[in-house]
Amino acid sequence: MELVSRPHATNLVAWAKDKPEVLVLSADLTNSCEAGDFLAAYPDRFFSLGMAEQNMMGFAAGLAREGFRPYVHTFAVFICRRPFDQVAMSIAYPNLPVRLLGFLPGITTPGGVTHQAIDDIALMRVIPNMTVLECGDATEVESVLTVAHAIDGPVYIRMLRGLVPRLFDRTEPMALGQARVLSCGRDIALLSSGICTEEAMRVCAALKNQGVGIFHLHLSTLKPFGDPTVVEALQSVEKGVVTYENHSIIGGLGSATAECMAELGVATPLVRLGLKDTYAHGASRSYLMKEYRLDATALLQTIEGLLEVSFGITEEALQQVPIDVQAGSHKPEAL
Amino acid sequence: MDQTEQNHGWQAEVRRVASGIRRRVLATTIRNNGGYLSQACSSAEILATLFTRVMHLGPSLGPLVPRPFAGVPGPNNPDAFTGAGYNGPKAPDLDRFIFSPVHYALALYATLIETGRLAPEALDQFNQDGSTMELIGAEHSPGHEVTAGSLGQAISQAGGIALARKLRGDTGKVWVFMSDGEFQEGQTWEAFSAMAFFKLSNLGVLVDVNGQQCDGPMEQVMRIDPVGERLVAFGAEVAVVNGHDLDSLAAAAMASHEGRPLVVLAQTDPCHGLDILRNRLPNVHYVRFRSTEEQQAYQAELDRMEGRDS
Repeated sequence: MELVSRPHATNLVAWAKDKPEVLVLSADLTNSCEAGDFLAAYPDRFFSLGMAEQNMMGFAAGLAREGFRPYVHTFAVFICRRPFDQVAMSIAYPNLPVRLLGFLPGITTPGGVTHQAIDDIALMRVIPNMTVLECGDATEVESVLTVAHAIDGPVYIRMLRGLVPRLFDRTEPMALGQARVLSCGRDIALLSSGICTEEAMRVCAALKNQGVGIFHLHLSTLKPFGDPTVVEALQSVEKGVVTYENHSIIGGLGSATAECMAELGVATPLVRLGLKDTYAHGASRSYLMKEYRLDATALLQTIEGLLEVSFGITEEALQQVPIDVQAGSHKPEAL
Repeated sequence: MDQTEQNHGWQAEVRRVASGIRRRVLATTIRNNGGYLSQACSSAEILATLFTRVMHLGPSLGPLVPRPFAGVPGPNNPDAFTGAGYNGPKAPDLDRFIFSPVHYALALYATLIETGRLAPEALDQFNQDGSTMELIGAEHSPGHEVTAGSLGQAISQAGGIALARKLRGDTGKVWVFMSDGEFQEGQTWEAFSAMAFFKLSNLGVLVDVNGQQCDGPMEQVMRIDPVGERLVAFGAEVAVVNGHDLDSLAAAAMASHEGRPLVVLAQTDPCHGLDILRNRLPNVHYVRFRSTEEQQAYQAELDRMEGRDS
């Protein structure tokens, strides 16, 4: 599996080259949000707003009203919590084309509770007019700007930075409202997002020859929710549905799936894997994934519980399962 | 015509508009048995001076009687509109008006009527269901360009608009009308930092410093003084004037402020031109009559203003 170094930093510069209307706004986290290369390349289109996110949202709104396309870069917590009212009233109510790029989703940072966005999807999902996207790999980081740019209205993007795995082929960019089908099956529907998809792919690969059918979807569009592929997966499985996200189980992918199942009248059991209505703390990503049962082992055990079987796969074996780049999201049988 | 006569000309017009604002807001308050009346008394000269003397606005694009509310903005609502057209077209050389304390909406509607941008009968729709003439205005309300009811947010949006206009090389200015209570919000100070940092000399703010807020006198709720010195320290060009003195207001608003935003702190009396309102001090934020007698006393005051015998 390829690991891509700072895909957003590189992509942002190339992507914005022929888009003079694209501005980057930053609140003292420019290099931390991989916007430093943009600043170096296009200093006239970069605006430092300082540690003042409430005002930054208003400036972004004003610039958007005048025809510019502001791409706000900061940590997810500083988009969704402190300036929530400004995002809702100055940006989202008028349906302005401001793009909010939130870095450090969930437990991806050792920065502790103040820096860990465990509720950002929930907070942005509840705002009318807001589209919510989340990147799961380097290919999605490299294509999410194009998706967002085409949307008539505000967009929240849950971003990844640093070394980002490439799980999906470069020729399969993110597409709005289209879940990626990573495997098909009639036992369990597995809906994963963000960094959890890599772990989910590991589990699915380990279960490949175990006679269990998993309908595995990766979701990068969290609002609007419920595209036909999601509906098909939820309605076709017999044993249960598992949602798997680096976020609170309240308000995010798990809640969206529960709402969708209830409205469809799908009566199979639902297990929501994620942060179980708890804050996290400062520690390594692997440590926190294990502590909060967000790792591959937790997912495997959840699937075993729903099927009432034990596959006898050790944690060590699970960690060593190779993951290949997925090509052709609509051809799962070819995997 | 010499300078004195010219001044007499524009001042007479400002006085006419200001007196019309007070009269219309008083009449509507009596009719509705409640309203933001003191805000009209404090801000009438500020709004009148802005609209008739200071701002360079084109003719209104809005219908004289406002369209009904067309739904909230969204990707599936192409019919949504803002009330900015009442302040004229958006053009590089024209000014823009951003209205921040939107509970002053009635005073702004009255200003638009007195300046010929809105028909007098538009006030029949005030605070009626389905109308854009809302009690607390939003961006669809006549004269409003942004949704500012969460106070302290309009100044940042105006900063973004001014920055965009600077990037484009527009010569028109962005004018913001604010209330002094908004200087209790942290965002306001974030905005002034940024406006000075970006050297927004195309942005002017007129503040109605009436010393009043919802809970009562600001001195008792939360002091903001020395607000002028604080603003100077934040990098703004600051003028402090009597907000009922037309010469001072206009001169301060039209002074140059190269490389920095301008703030005119207009010190006002929340009962100016309506002495009967003093009986309700110190709490005049929202007036709802306590008795028929009180309402009749205000009606008698309105009759006097309109030159009728009560």
